Amino acid sequence: MQFHKYDVVIIGAGGAGMRAAIESGQRARTAVLTKLYPTRSHTGAAQGGMCAALANVEEDNWEWHTFDTIKGGDYLVDQDAAEIMAKEAIDAVLDLEKMGLPFNRTPEGKIDQRRFGGHTRNHGEAAVRRACYAADRTGHMILQTLYQNCVKHGIEFFNEFYVLDICLTETENGPVCTGAVAYELATGEIHVFQAKSVVFATGGFGKVFKTTSNAHTLTGDGMGIIFRKGLPLEDMEFYQFHPTGLAGLGILLTEGARGEGAILRNASGERFMERYAPTIKDLAPRDIVARSMALEVLEGRGAGPNKDYVLLDCTHLGAEVLETKLPDITEFARTYLAVDPVVEPVPVYPTAHYAMGGIPTNIHGEVLRDNDNVVPGLYAAGECACVSVHGANRLGTNSLLDINVFGRRAGIAAAEYALSRDEHVELPENPAAQVEAQVALALSEHGQERVADIRTELQATMDANASVYRTEDTLKQALHDVQALKERYAHISVQDKGKRFNTDLLEAVELGFLLELAEVLVHGALARKESRGGHAREDYPNRDDTNFMRHSMFYKQGEGLTADIRLDYKPVTFTRYKPMERKY
Amino acid sequence: MTATAETTTGSRGSQPPVPDGAVTVTVKIRRFNPEFDDEPRWDSFDIPALPSDRVLNLLHHIKWYVDGTLTFRRSCAHGICGSDAMRINGVNRLACKVLLKDLLQKGDKHTTITIEPIKGLPVNKDLLVDMEPFFEAFRAVKPYLVTYGNEPTRERIQSAADRERFDDTTKCILCACCTTSCPVYWTEGSYFGPAAIVSAHRFIFDSRDEGAEERLDILNDIDGVWRCRTTFNCTDACPRGIQVTKAIQEVKRALLFKRV
Repeated sequence: MQFHKYDVVIIGAGGAGMRAAIESGQRARTAVLTKLYPTRSHTGAAQGGMCAALANVEEDNWEWHTFDTIKGGDYLVDQDAAEIMAKEAIDAVLDLEKMGLPFNRTPEGKIDQRRFGGHTRNHGEAAVRRACYAADRTGHMILQTLYQNCVKHGIEFFNEFYVLDICLTETENGPVCTGAVAYELATGEIHVFQAKSVVFATGGFGKVFKTTSNAHTLTGDGMGIIFRKGLPLEDMEFYQFHPTGLAGLGILLTEGARGEGAILRNASGERFMERYAPTIKDLAPRDIVARSMALEVLEGRGAGPNKDYVLLDCTHLGAEVLETKLPDITEFARTYLAVDPVVEPVPVYPTAHYAMGGIPTNIHGEVLRDNDNVVPGLYAAGECACVSVHGANRLGTNSLLDINVFGRRAGIAAAEYALSRDEHVELPENPAAQVEAQVALALSEHGQERVADIRTELQATMDANASVYRTEDTLKQALHDVQALKERYAHISVQDKGKRFNTDLLEAVELGFLLELAEVLVHGALARKESRGGHAREDYPNRDDTNFMRHSMFYKQGEGLTADIRLDYKPVTFTRYKPMERKY
Repeated sequence: MTATAETTTGSRGSQPPVPDGAVTVTVKIRRFNPEFDDEPRWDSFDIPALPSDRVLNLLHHIKWYVDGTLTFRRSCAHGICGSDAMRINGVNRLACKVLLKDLLQKGDKHTTITIEPIKGLPVNKDLLVDMEPFFEAFRAVKPYLVTYGNEPTRERIQSAADRERFDDTTKCILCACCTTSCPVYWTEGSYFGPAAIVSAHRFIFDSRDEGAEERLDILNDIDGVWRCRTTFNCTDACPRGIQVTKAIQEVKRALLFKRV
């Protein structure tokens, strides 16, 4: 075992982690632990843009952005947090530009902006140009720019260090975070990092689904670690399905395509979104568009030989717009479906994309241990966190915004907290014991179950039973399946017994987190007997503000993978916006 | 490297159902785990695959159902993260961007696909190499915007044409396909390599940047741009379609004529 001591340890090197590191690293001694190399993180796959009311191309203001975010989230958004995000969005974009991000430009040389789903002028009048972008590789540019600036500031990275546990030390005022425990992929060695503050920026868990835009590595490790510590997860039943995944593959095609004028059509060529969202049509928020697409297919109007997808028509945009503003998605369609968007419409269907829920935090990124108290020294930001700025449905571009605004805030708060403490709080006894036992168990001979089989079955049941539309019956089926898979997980076999780059072991550990989070998602979806944002219950088609205008809080009861889940609730923070019916 | 005996490995339990339209292909992989092996060897796997599969799907099939010790990096699986650069049939590619249909033999001839780690970087295990020397070269060229004086309150103004000037090199995902396809890099590991020069180019030709001179000084070094022999391997290898050799030539020209 190796031992390290830092002021701040940041776990994850995507957008949120590196944005936090840039702040923290200039203030306090900081280490970034990442299970990948920093530039491999999935922030790089984001395409369309990052919204901020710069008003560079038309009238706009951050109050409209706040309102759109709250309405887009079906009023489950904490309004104080949404206001902060929309207000700080402007500086967040300008900061990135100053760091070197190559945004597309207007004819006057300012940052160009384009339309995006759910972002409107004056509280819903019409779509507004608010998304700042760099072609359709905005996430790539953000990830590269943040990494470049980490290099500039000499941030210390521990690449391919897989964090498997955090250290909580019990004090008279409750638990305090004192470090993290990591498994070094290169050597199989276990490292304990003592720290005054720890920031989680570990991303999402899209791999619980089969059809997903998420990377193979998005397995919810950070949320899983927190949950296993008995700390809560918030609003996990709210999972976003992005409308335009490449049919059958799930690879993302940006909403920016529709922002530039692309149109969704059913088999007969009808622009069906006119029926579901008469005012902003194809630029309705993602939950509405995804449900509309699923309905078109369910009602027999799907395209293709099996009528199981709809079409994204970009043909009227012309080759020049596609090549200059949407080059990557044009290439994806050509490479993976052999379809040329310049001349033919692209088959698309909703793809599992983004977790609205996650580790509950306040507006400084401090992690909550219940509705009222924080865990001192523990922070979270980005997709793994739930502030909550996305509520029941995130608006397009608001995730790139979230990682920059709250990554920055968490980095500053973590560093300032660390600097305010003279001494490190003592680590708990045997801090590495749990991870050593976990690794030893996984490598021991205790069964013949194959990780790939369990994962495949998990993803199949989640796609079939817990995706765009859900019912009591499908969710009960999913719960039954996930619980049975958890039993089988106790008998998995890891074939690679070596210490060196044991990715076989890694996949087995990741599957444990996926199973855990899948059950929380389904548990929450069963309990929430209403439809709100990304959570659509066919058996409860309406929003129920009387009973469910509140955040879900999930706690693990006891040890072991099959332990029970306790569900509690947390009030939503309102400032100035009263819940209204959500129409577009 | 010496040729070694070929082995065909067994299976990891029962095999998953074979999808309709699958063909059987042989995947021949260069294996080496210094923890247990004295020297590298070739392993061959006969597996069912669909023409629409990516090479990454084939590797996953082997790892998940045949040999769990097979080791490679991957993440996004659609050509954005740059994790899975490898040598496929002798050329550097991302495993997630090569489809089997483009590798299949014509007619009924059996297809064998050869996969090796990218060259010029130490092999850590199977297809996974040590990326540190590669990132060290990247970090050495000051790959970040360098500016002096006060920052403006709003964004810096940049014309669309000035933005376009360095657009091509902003696409780099640091996968190392270019650098590890370069014959100069294979023999002279101290050469910065194409990817680092691409990263320097991205800033040298950015109208907002004031660090061109510092970077050009670095690249004028004995291990800098002058090592390039314009073999164009790098341009062929780039999965993002960057005109890598052209970018290197532009940096050379900037050095010769002292202007960007």
